[in-house]
Amino acid sequence: MPIDILMPALSPTMEEGTLSKWLKKEGDTVKSGDVLAEIETDKATMEVEAVDEGVIGRLLVAAGTENVKVNTKIAVLLAEGESADAISAEAPKADAPAASSDAAGGKAREASEETPVAAKVPAQPKVDVAADPDIPAGTEMVSTTVREALRDAMAEEMRRDEDVFVMGEEVAEYQGAYKITQGLLQEFGARRVIDTPITEHGFAGVGVGAAMAGLKPIVEFMTFNFAMQAIDQIINSAAKTLYMSGGQMGAPIVFRGPNGAAARVGAQHSQDYASWYSQIPGLKVVMPYTAADAKGLLKAAIRDPNPVVFLENEILYGQHFDVPKLDDFVLPIGKARIHKKGTDATIVSFGIGMTYAVKAVEELSKEGIDVELIDLRTIRPMDLPTVIESVKKTGRLVTVEEGYPQNSVGAEIATRVMQQAFDYLDAPVLTIAGKDVPMPYAANLEKLALPNVGEVVQAVKTVCYK
Amino acid sequence: MAQTKSASASGRKPAAKSASKTVSKEFTGKNTPEFGKDDDLHAYREMLLIRRFEEKAGQLYGMGFIGGFCHLYIGQEAVVVGMQMAQQEGDQVITAYRDHGHMLATGMSARGVMAELTGRQGGLSKGKGGSMHMFSKEKHFYGGHGIVGAQVSLGTGLAFANSYRNNDSVSVAYFGDGAANQGQVYESFNMAALWKLPIIYIVENNRYAMGTSTARATAQSNYSMRGVGFGIPGIQVDGMDVRAVKAAGDEALAHCRAGKGPIILEMLTYRYRGHSMSDPAKYRSKEEVQKMRSEQDPIEQVRARLLEKGWASEDELKAIDKDIRDIVTDSADFAQNDPEPDVSELYTDILL
Repeated sequence: MPIDILMPALSPTMEEGTLSKWLKKEGDTVKSGDVLAEIETDKATMEVEAVDEGVIGRLLVAAGTENVKVNTKIAVLLAEGESADAISAEAPKADAPAASSDAAGGKAREASEETPVAAKVPAQPKVDVAADPDIPAGTEMVSTTVREALRDAMAEEMRRDEDVFVMGEEVAEYQGAYKITQGLLQEFGARRVIDTPITEHGFAGVGVGAAMAGLKPIVEFMTFNFAMQAIDQIINSAAKTLYMSGGQMGAPIVFRGPNGAAARVGAQHSQDYASWYSQIPGLKVVMPYTAADAKGLLKAAIRDPNPVVFLENEILYGQHFDVPKLDDFVLPIGKARIHKKGTDATIVSFGIGMTYAVKAVEELSKEGIDVELIDLRTIRPMDLPTVIESVKKTGRLVTVEEGYPQNSVGAEIATRVMQQAFDYLDAPVLTIAGKDVPMPYAANLEKLALPNVGEVVQAVKTVCYK
Repeated sequence: MAQTKSASASGRKPAAKSASKTVSKEFTGKNTPEFGKDDDLHAYREMLLIRRFEEKAGQLYGMGFIGGFCHLYIGQEAVVVGMQMAQQEGDQVITAYRDHGHMLATGMSARGVMAELTGRQGGLSKGKGGSMHMFSKEKHFYGGHGIVGAQVSLGTGLAFANSYRNNDSVSVAYFGDGAANQGQVYESFNMAALWKLPIIYIVENNRYAMGTSTARATAQSNYSMRGVGFGIPGIQVDGMDVRAVKAAGDEALAHCRAGKGPIILEMLTYRYRGHSMSDPAKYRSKEEVQKMRSEQDPIEQVRARLLEKGWASEDELKAIDKDIRDIVTDSADFAQNDPEPDVSELYTDILL
């Protein structure tokens, strides 16, 4: 029987990739361990090795093909005595797009991740996104991934201010564990793009010390899960120094990196720290959803004289959004964005929580419920006036986030809305959060542990008494 | 407060040579150069200011003017004074919570420090920091930190900034023998050695991490050797002899300014008082304390030298004592009469 060679998944969140290069051609003999092809994802270029021995019977996906889904049949291996005629003339799956001419050029490219993890995050639906009043009307928009937006923000600020530098694990020569710092070493050199040892507690402290001396460090954590080792420096040193010094000395520093669950990475790599950091006076906490917000708010965070915790999400990195083409696009920290206007109920979410909310809003609109969706964008300082204003109009509120339910950001919003807008509420505030369990590994359990669109839809119906 | 370098380390090996060594060597006071008259008088005055200030702080604590934690530096004065005499303008200082001596030595005002201890508006942190948290950009003093060991990473960051800016400044990071067992100290050693950062790690080994003696807390009690695994040279110094401290400081600063990376100075010192005001210090004998006081007191050593060499008469020393007492009394009066911070201060200085 001919052996099918399938497009491999090279990382926990990989859904598709570019088959950039074949290193074997039809008729070649291969043995186990031979490199068959090179595959590029948005994070890395990897080699695909043969597992079985045989002769390449057919290459089914042309070199340079982008967006090849994981598990697509890419080649067929023939055992001794088998003929290529034995292969059914099966074409690659219909959804594998055509080859792109420039993809084979060796330059790593962003894979388009419309639906990064189909099982987990809903596809981006067509919701009429309300214009951000901070973007001038008529501004040209460019489709950009969150990853590129973050990189562009850092690069622009590093060009603007010599005191800005980035440090962290694998940020320089490796080009970033998640490729967020791609190209920065080449442009700014090793003085300003600094690979650290694996030593979160230590380099967070070094960053804060450098900030106290007046530099403006961007400290990248490979994930905020690892920042647990450094949380003392973030809170006790970065956040409190300005107060303890009576205003003499602070720490203009950005701590950034992916936060929350990726996919199937288990309990220790899957925690959302939004509510943790949002409790701390002296910190600002930003958690963007769109690429435009990622760019505009990261630039603002770097310029901010205070310590800013900037919470990203690995699953959002590859998603495309429109980013305004402006020379210097900076958004205000502490201001929520009305993602979609509506009249019947308010949903407040932020970060990856928005992916559930956006999908729920679409489903609810089909049922005649017109939801106003607010993207909080900044968790601290929290733009509660925008939330209250919306609740005064709709009388109903649901919050959506991936973090644990106890003391969640939603619980905080619910409390404050109850205190400040009690008379406007027509129903108790419902808070959708991750379940009160460490993140399980099994796919079915992980799905259960995270919020889902159905829960959000149901919650909105409940507060609307429908 | 930085002094010009004097009494240069004649007869000792040049810094370049010690840099290549990872074993410790000693500054016992016997192989260190004598101070000239000016240096001895300066050291006497500076150490006496710290001693009298701390005695007064202890008194005010007992009277209830100072609250919370109050860690006195009495006995260890030679360490910070000797180092400060070796440093130059721009060198940064950072330490933990036993910090009043460091502040005074960097030139921060006695009034400002004492009023911070009493939590008054004229305190260096407007009364919002307390004994453990004072800072001065002007004097390059970066705190004042209450989490044991955290200041070592922060100090490494100050050195990083010097290196980034390619300036000539050196970061001087103080920590105790207790903090020397914290993990982030070694994370910092690694980065400092890797990036050749200009930093002096000063272990103030006063023999007790709160109530636990070094013998009961550490597998390698020669702290000057704690950098061996990273190739960081270390020097063991008689921290009760201000001349030895300054000589070691001169060498360490030259090492750092020459771009040779970090260096460790282990200061063998002793605190006379308890860990904090509430510590009865039952983990050591009265005889042990008394022996240190009578035989090695850093201030008495200088005083004896000044008299012996005829550089100061008893009367002249008395005049210095009076001067110092006046400064300390003035600071205590100020700190007791200055108003508490305005209640509006509660919500200021949280964000810029």
